[in-house]
Amino acid sequence: MNKVVESAEAAVADVPDGATLLVGGFGLCGNPENLITALHRKGVKDLTIVSNNCGTTEEGLGVLLQSRQIKKMVSSYVGENKVFEKQYLSGELEVELVPQGTLAERIRAGGAGIAGFYTATGVGTVVADGKEVRRFGERDYLLELPIRGDFALVHAWKADTWGNLIFRKTAANFNPMMCAAARVCIVEAEHIVEVGQLDPAQIHVPSIYVKRIVQAVGLKKPIERRTVRPRAS
Amino acid sequence: MALTREQIAKRVARELQDGFYVNLGIGMPTLVSNFVPPGVEVVLQSENGMLGIGPYPIEGEEDPDLINAGKETVSEIPGTAYFSSAESFAMIRGGHIDLAILGALEVSEKGDLANWLVPGKMVKGMGGGMDLVAGARRVIVMMEHANKEGKPKILRQCSLPITGRGCVAAVCTDLAWIEVGPRGLVLRELAPGVTVEQVQALTEPRLEVAPDVKTMKV
Repeated sequence: MNKVVESAEAAVADVPDGATLLVGGFGLCGNPENLITALHRKGVKDLTIVSNNCGTTEEGLGVLLQSRQIKKMVSSYVGENKVFEKQYLSGELEVELVPQGTLAERIRAGGAGIAGFYTATGVGTVVADGKEVRRFGERDYLLELPIRGDFALVHAWKADTWGNLIFRKTAANFNPMMCAAARVCIVEAEHIVEVGQLDPAQIHVPSIYVKRIVQAVGLKKPIERRTVRPRAS
Repeated sequence: MALTREQIAKRVARELQDGFYVNLGIGMPTLVSNFVPPGVEVVLQSENGMLGIGPYPIEGEEDPDLINAGKETVSEIPGTAYFSSAESFAMIRGGHIDLAILGALEVSEKGDLANWLVPGKMVKGMGGGMDLVAGARRVIVMMEHANKEGKPKILRQCSLPITGRGCVAAVCTDLAWIEVGPRGLVLRELAPGVTVEQVQALTEPRLEVAPDVKTMKV
């Protein structure tokens, strides 16, 4: 069993128009850059993309917006993208805003076979519109439904050839839950090693969820806000 | 005299207790981390999946895989832990965050908070704000008392779409420290040189003045 495919293009070759994609990353951190570029080249369109953000105007998922490949975004925060604003205001782009924790849990639920869950997040706000409200004890909760995708596009730090994954620092973010919540999980990894070379006790996502692995190449890893302190002299 | 942003942050920082796990919102709340009182150790949470946020990295040591929820490069400290967004919001939703300090556009006399959307302007999204106000054990708002037009931001009812209902415990502004009580807003502290009348004039609902109303130490 070896799930490594030869290129990002090959990994996304069967993504059809109209597919629902779960795409990892928080801002530009932990984005599957190679897989996004491959989708861009492939020109697949009418995509529904579930991702915490939509990149920036020039980077990350922003490139798929520029090329008008996205029909709908499901996100918690989309404030860093001018193209997004234009397409949204003109009605070209459909948007579902979901509180970040609810988004994470809906994706987790999607992968874990949970048919729905109740959360206090969003009670009394526009997020509650059209949703069942149920009282448990002294508090109201909203019924939230799971999210599943056709494909998950994930960026990992290390993978073995079975697809056991390790993430690096805050580049994990939404990536781990997305692996389980799609029919086909495609991972680009910075380092691919043989089975047995990862410490089994340190694995963040076990291989059962992963279908394809591709070696990440030429990563840009852009920094959105470079904040530093001066080196003490 | 109205407080500076740093003085507001200094006052809010006095609410930090040793051992607290704290989430600081983007913008003015991040200043609070500069004024942690001596002898108090707090662990800062970043909702993108980190406990134990260190200072901005030393120039040249920025790591694109290490950012805070404001997408700024940060550093780790001894004791830092990383985790997924699902885990991050499980700890938020589960009531494990002792204190969340957030900015606001409006706060109502019942402690409703509006801080995510101005209709007619660009839709940006609520991010993790709704989860934080629903899940943190205590929510403190820090903001300017009045908006840019000099109009009150503390209102009988929020006019903007809300982030959460009845979630705010206290508001610290450049003029006053106000707590949300069961019968409305209680004015507990005044900025040095500011009068009750000045605060009331810039606050829509009637403020109950605490019998022992103090001058803020900043």
